Amino acid sequence: MKTNRKKTERIVIDPVACKGCHLCIDQCPKNVYAVSEDRNAKGYLLPTAARLEDCIACLLCEMICPDLAITVEVEDHAK
Amino acid sequence: MHPIGEKYLRKSALPTIFCPGCGHGTVLNAFLRAVDDLGIFDRLGLVSGIGCSAWTPVFIDTDVLHTLHGRALAVATGLKVARPDRTVVVFTGDGDCVGIGGNHLIHAARRNIDVTVIMLDNAIYGMTGGQVAPTTPTDARTQTTPYGNPEPAFDACDLVIGAGATYVARYTTAQPRQLIKGIAAALGHPGFAFLHVISQCPTQAGRYIHGLTTPAPYLRMIKEKSVGVAAAAKLPPEARADRIVTGVLHERHDRPEFVHQLGLQREAAIA
Repeated sequence: MKTNRKKTERIVIDPVACKGCHLCIDQCPKNVYAVSEDRNAKGYLLPTAARLEDCIACLLCEMICPDLAITVEVEDHAK
Repeated sequence: MHPIGEKYLRKSALPTIFCPGCGHGTVLNAFLRAVDDLGIFDRLGLVSGIGCSAWTPVFIDTDVLHTLHGRALAVATGLKVARPDRTVVVFTGDGDCVGIGGNHLIHAARRNIDVTVIMLDNAIYGMTGGQVAPTTPTDARTQTTPYGNPEPAFDACDLVIGAGATYVARYTTAQPRQLIKGIAAALGHPGFAFLHVISQCPTQAGRYIHGLTTPAPYLRMIKEKSVGVAAAAKLPPEARADRIVTGVLHERHDRPEFVHQLGLQREAAIA
């Protein structure tokens, strides 16, 4: 069956820009994120893409991030 | 940092002054995406007043005027008349726009000048410590209304529609995709465009008005309260009262634009 579902290769979270508001964790419709044990230099607990295989590349986390810290790298089907 | 941020943000000004989870950052994010889609970054002229919201354009690496409290629209009017080639955008807060600068707002709307106003509404004066604002809901507890706000809240959209604005829309930070489209539509409108963006303030409004200490449930509450224009029209008036009606509320194209009228006058005077 042909599927148009985009596949997410990687979710990069910038540890310098992230302020640990965890809006990405709450807003993700597929519950991809979890709170990691890593803290950045300011002491904020960073989110992590714990269930990357569930990601549907809706990019809601990227757009909702107030600090533009998230980059969702989607596999390009056109290639 | 996301490539959009790498491309358009002023690195020397980062990190942003916003508290963790502040909705103003989401609006900054959405604005950059809308500008990137339209490809108008080189001719932007951004103007802001004072307050948390007024810091939003300061992080964008383009021409920015950070002006007096409430007077952003007065400066923007001058900028647009002097440089009509610029896409002038005003970032303002609820207190800045309808409180201190209320008079400038109604007259900019009356003139129908080609300026886009993005009003970031968090229903409180956040930067100064959580005082009551004209948009604070009735009975809400703030630092200056410890027994509840006795005043009714201002509906900024109704105000500018009455004053003659030609494009009025409302969005929330909980729906970033619609917000990006809304900003792009407002930027493309040839006349006074007013965008009312409901934004979360977890530090002040979250703590005092809503009793929430983290941004995530606050944003969820905004999402649950918001309803589209078409769906809201079907609701009975009492059910609509505490909902956030989102979408394009008002659009008209029959009023002349201010800078265009000035140009006609100048041509007539020369002839």
